Amino acid sequence: MKFHHEDTKNTKEPRRKAFLSFAFLRVLVSWWWNSPFLNRFRAIARKEFIHVLRDPRALGVSIALPLVLLLIFGYALTLDVDRVPLVVWDQSVTPQSRELEARFQHSRYFSLVRQARGYGEVEEALDRREAMLALVIPQDFGRRVGADRNTQVQVLADGSDANSATLAMGYAEAIVRTYSQEILVARVRRQTGREPVPALELRPRAWFNTEMESKRYIVPGLIAVIMMLITALLTSLTVAREWETGTMEQLISTPIRGPELILGKLVPYFVVGMVDMLLSVLAGRFLFDVPLIGSLWLLFGVSAIYLVGALALGVLISSLAKSQLLASQLAFTMTFLPAFLLSGFMFEISNMPRALQLVTYLVPARYFVAFLRGLYLKGAGLAIFWPECLLLTLFAMAMLALAVLTFKKRLA
Amino acid sequence: MDAIRVEGLGRRFGEVVALDELSLRVAPGEIFGLVGPDGAGKTTTMRLLTGILNPTGGDAWVDGLHIVREADALKDRIGYMAQRFGLYPDLTVQENMDFYGDLYGVPRKGRESEMERLLAFSNLTPFRRRRAGNLSGGMKQKLGLACALIHTPKVLFLDEPTNGVDPVSRRDFWRILYQLQKEGVTIFVSTAYLDEAERCNRVALLHKGKLLALDTVEGVKGLLKGTLLELRSDRPREAARLLREARVGSVALFGDRVHILVAEGEAGQASIEATLKGSGMEVLGLKVIEPDLEDVFTSAIPREDA
Repeated sequence: MKFHHEDTKNTKEPRRKAFLSFAFLRVLVSWWWNSPFLNRFRAIARKEFIHVLRDPRALGVSIALPLVLLLIFGYALTLDVDRVPLVVWDQSVTPQSRELEARFQHSRYFSLVRQARGYGEVEEALDRREAMLALVIPQDFGRRVGADRNTQVQVLADGSDANSATLAMGYAEAIVRTYSQEILVARVRRQTGREPVPALELRPRAWFNTEMESKRYIVPGLIAVIMMLITALLTSLTVAREWETGTMEQLISTPIRGPELILGKLVPYFVVGMVDMLLSVLAGRFLFDVPLIGSLWLLFGVSAIYLVGALALGVLISSLAKSQLLASQLAFTMTFLPAFLLSGFMFEISNMPRALQLVTYLVPARYFVAFLRGLYLKGAGLAIFWPECLLLTLFAMAMLALAVLTFKKRLA
Repeated sequence: MDAIRVEGLGRRFGEVVALDELSLRVAPGEIFGLVGPDGAGKTTTMRLLTGILNPTGGDAWVDGLHIVREADALKDRIGYMAQRFGLYPDLTVQENMDFYGDLYGVPRKGRESEMERLLAFSNLTPFRRRRAGNLSGGMKQKLGLACALIHTPKVLFLDEPTNGVDPVSRRDFWRILYQLQKEGVTIFVSTAYLDEAERCNRVALLHKGKLLALDTVEGVKGLLKGTLLELRSDRPREAARLLREARVGSVALFGDRVHILVAEGEAGQASIEATLKGSGMEVLGLKVIEPDLEDVFTSAIPREDA
């Protein structure tokens, strides 16, 4: 009996409490939902949506531009060095020299563009950039190889593009070394009748990007750079336009508050930005064939935070500039250049001078580039990239706060 | 309580004094005109009183609320129509009105009837779905007014509302303002048109940021001491020059007529006729007329400024 009594009391009490708190929550939510703040915020957002939808040209540009940029940069910015144009001056013209040439030709790294008949032609091909690498086989090549003697071949590279030249020379060296080793093995076998055992053998294997295709590395970074530019450009015009056309004067004569105006203005552009993000991810997957290893949800979640920061930066620029032309130019230089050059997208941050490295900490794209590359290539999530995500969140909050605080409801 | 109380209000932009120590009071339900040529400081006054520009001196209260310290509360109670069309051309008439209705927190329930009423009395009902950018100048102004009235403000500020509007639309516009006055709305309107100023209960004449006169239209006209004569002549320019040289009174040219303000009617008339005939000019007509605001203005503003 006693147990029973206690039992009912115990089940009823929390239920009543739950009901009460639920009712309280409902009142709170309905109050909040109908608060002047939300009403005015919604009014601004609705109005901005109409602006966006009624300007099909601007909408078209804001949807197409990221894809166009992705295509241009995605195809142009290949860091892979293959099919290096090669010029050969074969002075030996023997089976041995033909064999070496064939090895160059059949590797995917080289393509033979010219057979030269003298140093003049070799020089000309390099000068005109017809060829990046020249292979010069001396007259006594066939004879010396046949006679088991030490033989030299010359490789000349156009060093003006130092990175590609280094890579191309590396490929050439590998081909020559392999050929030389095979000659050596054949010689030992011939002399001793036994298979020689190499002392050391390197077994290289690249993780995460096994085919070592640079697009898998470039495309995620490119998405980060493009999104930064597009989103800041999207909002950079909104506040300046109202100042320029005179609608701002009417607007600030109403009870609108800064946060309502700024946040309301962000909403439609956030939607456009997320559509851009989705299209870029789809283009990366289906046009560039770059697989996403990590979580799609995490990708869009962190992208949303990144977008809010970039959009708020655009609004901030817009309300400071008060002119559309100035605002869009500022937005371009303040987002695109740092994102492109200092985010680690183009140039490795660890190779930069110390002072510049410190500057890169202020470039939000840096964190997003790192996060996207990790997510795309390694499937690394929050466990590893939480500091980047935290910093992106801080950036978004700081930009929102600045955009709201710098907006003045006063003329002059 | 005054609908508007202004005390020593001033605003300077660097070295330029846009408004110099303005003081005035406007009673509830009054139509008050702020009259002056371009650059007189009308727009500055409007912006100060609507709380969108901070003064550099003085104070003002609108409906009892201070224009700086209580600017946010103030904005709930006033309607403002800026000189430049401030609505969104890509939004329809209806959408613009809804937008301002939302900003002022007009409840969606019951808004429809108020909107119908505003549309009807501004003759905009057939254009509800038209984009604001495709309206004529007069209709744009009426839409601006309708948006400024959506929350039934107590004080309405109109900055040169009929600038560039055809005469018929102007008449319509004033019909609406009288209707509002009957409903108890205080209207503070600026204008550069003097015939329009005569429609106001009281006017303040403003010139280069300074208050020249503040009275009823009749009172302001009474500031003109003496008798005003109107001369018709076949060569008005020459006549005006001759009369100025003869110093018979203060002379102003209005198209093909010359207005001369003289101290005493009879004597003035005689000396004008004598002067002109002495130079061999014909007098087609010379009579005493009622001064209008323009005469007051031309006599009150120093000649080199006018």
